[in-house]
Amino acid sequence: MKPGDGVETYEAEAQPRLGFFTDTSVCIGCKACEVACKEWNLVPEDGLAWTGHSYDNTGELNANTWRHVAFIEQQAPDPIKQGKQDFRWLMESDVCKHCTHAGCLDVCPTGAIFRTEFGTVVIQDDVCNGCGYCVTACPFGVIGKRERAAASSPAGAGRTSGQSPDVLQTAVASDGLGAITKRELGGDGGMHKCTLCYDRLQNGMEPACAKACPTDSIQFGPLDELVERARERCGDLVEAGVSEARLYLADENDGIGGAGAFFLLLDEPEVYGLPPQPIVPTKNLGTIWGAAAVAAGALAVGVAAAFLRGEE
Amino acid sequence: MEVGKLIARWPVLRQAAERDPLGRGKAVQSRRTERLRPRTDGAQHVVKSVCPYCAVGCGQLVYIRDGKVDQIEGDPDSPISRGRLCPKGAASKSLVTSPLRLDKVKYRRPYGTGWEELPLEDAMEMIADRVIETRRSTWEDADEQGNRLARTMGIAMLGGATLDNEENYLIKKLAMGLGIVQVENQARI
Amino acid sequence: MGSNMAENHPVGFQWVMEARLKGARVIHVDPRFTRTSAAANLFVSIRAGTDIAFLGGVVNYILENERWFDEYVKHYTNAPVIIDERFKDTEDLDGFFSGFDPEARVYDTSTWHYSGLPVQETAGERSKGGTKGEQSGHGAQAGQFVHGEPPEEDPTLQHPRCVFQLLRKHFRRYTPELVSRVCGCTKEQFLEVAEALCENSGRERTSAIVYSVGWTQHTVGVQYIRTAAIVQLLLGNIGRPGGGIVALRGHASIQGSTDMATLYNILPGYMPMPHAKQDTDLATYIDNHSSTIGWWGHLDAFFTSQLKAFWGEHATKENDFCFDYLPRINADHSTYQTAFDMLDGKVTGFFLLGENPGVGSSHAKLQRLALASLDWLVVRDLYEIESASFWKDAPELETGELETEKIGTEVFLMPAAAHVEKDGAFTNTQRLLQWHFKALEPEGDRRSELWFMYHLGRKLREKLADSDDPRDKPLLELAWQYATSGPYEDPSADQVLREINGVGPDGSALGTYADLKSDGSTASGCWLYVGSYADEENKPARKVPGQEQDWIAKKWGWAWPLNRRILYNRASADPEGKPWSERKKLVWWDTAQKKWVGADNPDFQEEKPPTYVPPNGARAENAIAGDHPFILQSDGRGWLFAAAGLMDGPMPTHYEPHESPFSNPLYSQRSNPTRQLFARRENPYNPAESDAYPYVVWTYRLTEHHTAGGMTRTLPYLAELQPEFFCEVSPELADERELEHGGWATIVTARTAIEARVLVTERMKPLVVDGRKVHHVGVPYHWGTRGLTTGDSGNDLFPVALDPNVHIQEVKAATCDIRPGRRPRGKALTELVASYPRTVGDEA
Repeated sequence: MKPGDGVETYEAEAQPRLGFFTDTSVCIGCKACEVACKEWNLVPEDGLAWTGHSYDNTGELNANTWRHVAFIEQQAPDPIKQGKQDFRWLMESDVCKHCTHAGCLDVCPTGAIFRTEFGTVVIQDDVCNGCGYCVTACPFGVIGKRERAAASSPAGAGRTSGQSPDVLQTAVASDGLGAITKRELGGDGGMHKCTLCYDRLQNGMEPACAKACPTDSIQFGPLDELVERARERCGDLVEAGVSEARLYLADENDGIGGAGAFFLLLDEPEVYGLPPQPIVPTKNLGTIWGAAAVAAGALAVGVAAAFLRGEE
Repeated sequence: MEVGKLIARWPVLRQAAERDPLGRGKAVQSRRTERLRPRTDGAQHVVKSVCPYCAVGCGQLVYIRDGKVDQIEGDPDSPISRGRLCPKGAASKSLVTSPLRLDKVKYRRPYGTGWEELPLEDAMEMIADRVIETRRSTWEDADEQGNRLARTMGIAMLGGATLDNEENYLIKKLAMGLGIVQVENQARI
Repeated sequence: MGSNMAENHPVGFQWVMEARLKGARVIHVDPRFTRTSAAANLFVSIRAGTDIAFLGGVVNYILENERWFDEYVKHYTNAPVIIDERFKDTEDLDGFFSGFDPEARVYDTSTWHYSGLPVQETAGERSKGGTKGEQSGHGAQAGQFVHGEPPEEDPTLQHPRCVFQLLRKHFRRYTPELVSRVCGCTKEQFLEVAEALCENSGRERTSAIVYSVGWTQHTVGVQYIRTAAIVQLLLGNIGRPGGGIVALRGHASIQGSTDMATLYNILPGYMPMPHAKQDTDLATYIDNHSSTIGWWGHLDAFFTSQLKAFWGEHATKENDFCFDYLPRINADHSTYQTAFDMLDGKVTGFFLLGENPGVGSSHAKLQRLALASLDWLVVRDLYEIESASFWKDAPELETGELETEKIGTEVFLMPAAAHVEKDGAFTNTQRLLQWHFKALEPEGDRRSELWFMYHLGRKLREKLADSDDPRDKPLLELAWQYATSGPYEDPSADQVLREINGVGPDGSALGTYADLKSDGSTASGCWLYVGSYADEENKPARKVPGQEQDWIAKKWGWAWPLNRRILYNRASADPEGKPWSERKKLVWWDTAQKKWVGADNPDFQEEKPPTYVPPNGARAENAIAGDHPFILQSDGRGWLFAAAGLMDGPMPTHYEPHESPFSNPLYSQRSNPTRQLFARRENPYNPAESDAYPYVVWTYRLTEHHTAGGMTRTLPYLAELQPEFFCEVSPELADERELEHGGWATIVTARTAIEARVLVTERMKPLVVDGRKVHHVGVPYHWGTRGLTTGDSGNDLFPVALDPNVHIQEVKAATCDIRPGRRPRGKALTELVASYPRTVGDEA
């Protein structure tokens, strides 16, 4: 896989590109990834609404959900090859793709979003001013805003519990906020998404979700190794008769240049709620200078403000 | 921060100086980002533990910082769990640090309509008195045929499956000393 | 089967997934398509409550197709043993074994014995005194053998009364057709499972069967597991790597709490509580419960050592080692009986130590009414649970069945310390003791149970210090000296573990239970745990990283007994002591060293050769032959036929659940005739085969929550993942009852009606049973009135109908009605329930 745009700025400090291979064929839908992510990254609870959509009460990736397990109940495409099962229950842990050509990074006018030395894409909470350009630039709908209005109720609207919001607020805020990481709880008005545990990577630690994953459905490591492993696994599955097994976002020639987080799927991406042929929206702008100029022009004032805030 | 240094950190200058003309990498890192470390770096100590939920017995590492539980995650040394945890195990830090956790004794008097505060020491005294009184008033020396019973059927206990072996042992031992036979736990259920 | 391993033990399931990647075949047999089914190679749906029919079919398949592991079966099981000529099978007596007393509804088990043995008193006979299985500590007495072998055997397995032939006859009617008719799966599905098990067993391969409470929570729960034991013994899958019957337990130390015996009928180490009528003194107790053959032959040493641990210097030979200080049992004193006794005002004081029966026990409404009948209640928990707050938020307040101002229960709700705030060991589901270290002191009034029990005991002893009442002597003379430390004077868990392990005459920690003595010179709280503190080392606290050890990982924690990781592993070698195969070798007889060696610690006397034949008059372990691996059994063999120890039959038989929409296709006897029922107004049952309750219902858990929810509904990150109580139904049932996906349903039984959101899913499929379509209603039971997410409690629906051996409730199969919409409020709720039929007691 090619290096991610911007990683060249690290020159000799650049590290081997790190990422996730999510093998949905061994996912058991336990959601340990969702919880481990939230515990580590101090992500607020995302609402206590029951969806009735299989066992998925998370719904989607957003500011307060950086791992999302999708559940798909369906008739098996090929009952004979599925061991005579006429029914299957697909599960997939979704996450930010850390694209090679990352639309969010391209359009971010404040420099809040940057490519790390590991090739991952991270939003800096202390810089982000919540302009939201990145939301529309992401072909996967990964990024969301932690609304300021929700400050008194980080759990958001639509809750069904009888607990007062302040109890929940404390429940999350009591998690020993350090001076090193900054996570404004109850809504900082900023944009949030998976950081691929950038802080943990600094110490060679595995991201929280991958570490917790009971069945190794989420694998973390140097991207090239993961791609190789994934191709082998996919080949084995196809050989074993699972003809619909396929890799998703492992191709550097696709519309985002391949992803730092790619997947082995057992059906069409749409089945999992994933775009079949994602294209980075900034691709059509010709050069990235165009995008930068547009953004900079519109938000010059905001940039300065954001910069100063980040340097406080 | 001095103005000169501040200007030196202006992204536009850094974009040029740090060869990141597009501002997509190193040049836009804030100071906080540059200094970012995993918060477990600040742990005073790390303690080996075992997950309190199911009976698989996954290993846990408990990180203590500023005298508080700062993080709980899987222990890679465990040959049982190899560092992994399920969603419940992964929520262990919330379990032990939640503000909803009880931290004071609550007392409800007979026919009362609300909780009252009660010092722990008073509660222990009152419970001991209740045990002595109930034990005396419900004591059975022998059955109708004169067979020895040596017990109270007025007091019962339930619980233990979430507790340590040593705690269960003391529960059973004290119950035997008191003549309480109705000692049960989740294994029955 | 009977387990949803991927959902309830996800991290344990990593080993199943890894095995699957290596080519293992994973089969899930369950009423409901779960996350485990999704990860399996094959899923077979069967009607809830029919597992014995399914597994009985497997037994029949093995026998009819000659697929058993012949050498294993002949040497390691009691297949050749000839049974008493008076024995009659359920096939002879239309659903009853010989010896049934229809009045008392118990069996006289004397006709189930090995032929040629003098009739011995057994648990079954004791039960004629009007009690039921209350001493089922260990059931390993088939009688008293003289030569270490059963008196009458037929090694050719041809004798019509040998166990093998009795088994064949008993299961002959469990054909694939019958399995399909009873269970609702197809014949082909059943045959695929049966064949897969046979194919994957033998010298080169082993199969494991995993179960959980899906098996235990039935009125025939013990017999479910017995059926699996028969399958595994016939296929040679016990005592071998990759084999076994794996019980997955749901609480961190539910194994340890069973070992330490916070259960009314046993003492630590599975020794029976003394019975008022039979166990009049120490000698009689030992005589009643020890065995001539096998390790239970040392019961006297185990038991006196325990009495020494309890009463220390006060326990002397002259006073029977304080045997009379132990309270006596004489009936079922299990938790469900206790709840009824609370209602009746007999039990007035109650301690709840990390348990929430007001949500988690069957007929939770009855539990709440019982709590409201107490004089005083001590609840010790991390959170304010429903069993502490019932007086202000029980659903019965809304219906008028309870009124806060009229509830006289005095409640002490005490904050408990969490696992990170105390030292101690959990015993996990594979008998592995693992120590967790205190990471910080608990805040506020939070205290460990160790603290609470120690200081309560200390206080009681102080208050009664001047008493000369002989009834207080057992308390005052209790060995209750524990070192304390820290700001709250926490007693030392390490010291308690050492006491459980035990000490020898010189006061040093013992290394093996073989060193326990009956003369009072040794003290040990639990014989099974001897060795956990050997060499004065806290063995459960050993944490040598797994990656630095072989796959057995003997230096991570400590497993009872004696750090043996696979029980009865002598069976991993053939009768001559050689591994069955290179691929499946574990322990074997090393002819040069003249001892058993291998990766695991041998679960056998290390220097007993495979050729050992017990001499006349040999006792205990020395009476077990060198080719008999099952060293706790009185004949050293795995029991295909349980000649003693069970209340409801020597062989498993398909009975319908107590509440079932069907009659029994095999016998006119519908349900287990010895099942334990409570004929009480507060405990009404749905009439069997009633049109008013046409659906099968059962409870289960979700990955995202833990049992009664006290440790998960309180946490935002878990509550949000399963934020509401729901029930699962098939699209067909939704059509039939006009249930709307995402809407509400009301589920009704004779106990109550509850409401749940409706999840219509293809994962629930109706089955055709006996030519009739049957629908299932699935009910996860985690919810209650408190926490971040609230809802009705699934357990409110279920009755108290128990297994006769272990008094466990049947919540894995009952009947119900389901209606669209929310349940009525207030009195209208009780009126709705009253409009349905009910019975009190047993009509069968």
